[in-house]
Amino acid sequence: MQGDEALVEGSLIAGCRFFAGYPITPATEIAERMSRRMPQVGGIFMQMEDELASIMAIIGASWAGRKAMTATSGPGYSLMQEGLGYAIITEAPIVITDVQRGGPSTGLVTLPSQGDVMQARWGSHGDYAMITLAPSSAQDMFNLTIKSFNLAEQYRNPVVILADEVIAHVREPVKIPPLDEIEIVERRKPDVPPEEYIPYLPNPSEWVTPMPAFGDGYNVLAESVMHDEFGHRIGINHAAAERMIKRLYYKIEKNVEKIAMYEKRYLDDSDIAVVSYGSTARTALRAVREARKLGIKVGLVRLITIWPFYDKLIEEVASQVKAIIVPEMNMGKIVREVERASRGQAKVISVPKVGGVLHHPDDILSTIKMAER
Amino acid sequence: MLSEANFEHILAKKYMRTEIMPHAFCPGCGLGIIERIILMAFEELGQEEWEHTVFVSGVGCSGWAPLYFRRDAAHTLHGRALAFATALKVSRPNLNVIVVMGDGDSMGIGGNHLIHAARRNINLTAIIATNMLYSLTGGQMAPTTPEGARTQTTPYGNIEPNFNLMELLKAAGATYLAKWTTYHFIQAKNSIKKAIEHKGFAAVEIVFQCPTFAGRYILGKPDPRDMMQWLKENSIPLSAAKNKSPEELKRKIVIGEYLHRTDRKEYTERLKELEEKARR
Repeated sequence: MQGDEALVEGSLIAGCRFFAGYPITPATEIAERMSRRMPQVGGIFMQMEDELASIMAIIGASWAGRKAMTATSGPGYSLMQEGLGYAIITEAPIVITDVQRGGPSTGLVTLPSQGDVMQARWGSHGDYAMITLAPSSAQDMFNLTIKSFNLAEQYRNPVVILADEVIAHVREPVKIPPLDEIEIVERRKPDVPPEEYIPYLPNPSEWVTPMPAFGDGYNVLAESVMHDEFGHRIGINHAAAERMIKRLYYKIEKNVEKIAMYEKRYLDDSDIAVVSYGSTARTALRAVREARKLGIKVGLVRLITIWPFYDKLIEEVASQVKAIIVPEMNMGKIVREVERASRGQAKVISVPKVGGVLHHPDDILSTIKMAER
Repeated sequence: MLSEANFEHILAKKYMRTEIMPHAFCPGCGLGIIERIILMAFEELGQEEWEHTVFVSGVGCSGWAPLYFRRDAAHTLHGRALAFATALKVSRPNLNVIVVMGDGDSMGIGGNHLIHAARRNINLTAIIATNMLYSLTGGQMAPTTPEGARTQTTPYGNIEPNFNLMELLKAAGATYLAKWTTYHFIQAKNSIKKAIEHKGFAAVEIVFQCPTFAGRYILGKPDPRDMMQWLKENSIPLSAAKNKSPEELKRKIVIGEYLHRTDRKEYTERLKELEEKARR
């Protein structure tokens, strides 16, 4: 199955019943398959007039009670930063797939990149937190899409699937488990009558409130302006604004241990670690295996959850090894997070790659050899 | 002595979130009249219709108007109300989705979404409140600012012609169109009722008075009563406008019901047909 196809099938199993998008290379196959599959399962596919509309449409569908998704690439993802903020402040669960291609601007239309990894965290204005997952295989495209919908519903926050051209177009076997073995998180609806429902005031033990749909009778306000617990705009009320912003931030950041997924390979006896994600992690694994054949004690940490960044994981790895190597298809972005989180305990080496091509395993292997010396 | 609640208008008591009132509009602003026009329409349409109604708005003074109604409402982003509303409508076709927009939402930043909503002929009711400039930001040029008018960003006079919204929407594929002013509130109420009952993309433009900015900068009439008088005197019915030259119609507000056609299929119905086809 192709990566894009696995993503579509995963989203349908997760319960996605609305897709809006605008054609863009290399994410077009997702829209094409969605247009065929959605109406077959009683869902809705809409090709919108642009990406500004696409993201607003999935937020509208989300507030109408549907699980909703869009898919795009760099230029479209840039346009979506506006709507992303609206999803964050109204706490609308949505899933956005960014099939990364080379930038800036129209850039390298058909070639892969990991250049949007910081945009996925910081792209929209203001303070907020994001959940971002990076698939490394067609199987991941299936599994992580389901996971993304679950996280979006659980935390009432947008989730970004940060794929790239290689993973979107790769064809490889995908195992679809029996449906009753797949965990699906459904949206929590209010269990109190409308008079008692406060849309933006969670119980002290929780970070998010249950979410009614438009038309359910709860007279809810999906307010883009900074609002109080009732959804009413607050004007100049510093304390209420601070409360709201901190909750939007901490509901993700304070749950990092629950959200963070990663994979460790050959790390137990290693004194060098390669930290990688997405399609680059495949090349990194090959380089690690070749280095091991040469007797070098090197392991791999594959970040599956990119955001929120799991500082503790990197801090622990850094305390164990003398060097951390970070290959990425950009000029060196996540390496900054790794350097920060390793707190000076290990030497951190960036292996950047730009121009729309994957690293050659030798690019990483030679850095491993250098770090070993 | 009368309690404060006794001063509340009967429509406000019945339909509005009085706990967050008084509202944020300037004294004499026409948006209060537009709110009243919408509620008068629902008085006639009945409680059942009201219970099935949700509101979507953009950003600008007009964006606040529907937030005072005790219904589900989305205060979206500047220009993006229709994109949100489109998905809401297709997801829950039984709801009346009413979209309140201003000059910028509809014809400025949101112009693309407007023409595509009309092209799809999706069953939405667009209430487009125009006031000749951008008011929330303090009175800058809008796509509706008359040529030559001075605003905060056209200190030497506006050199841009404005959109003819009704003709634009007609060409794009809308199926119900009407234009009134806040002075013509009975006619506007009737058109809004028709627009809600109409199956397809319906737009009602209501020109309203902004005494604070349009009144002071464009018309030299900071008193809302003078502005209402101006709206009355400068409006001309469609039938009378037919015999006038473009020169004579410059700076006139051509009011009336522009279009009511039933020959175009509505979008949510087409979607239903598509789903049946896909499931076969």
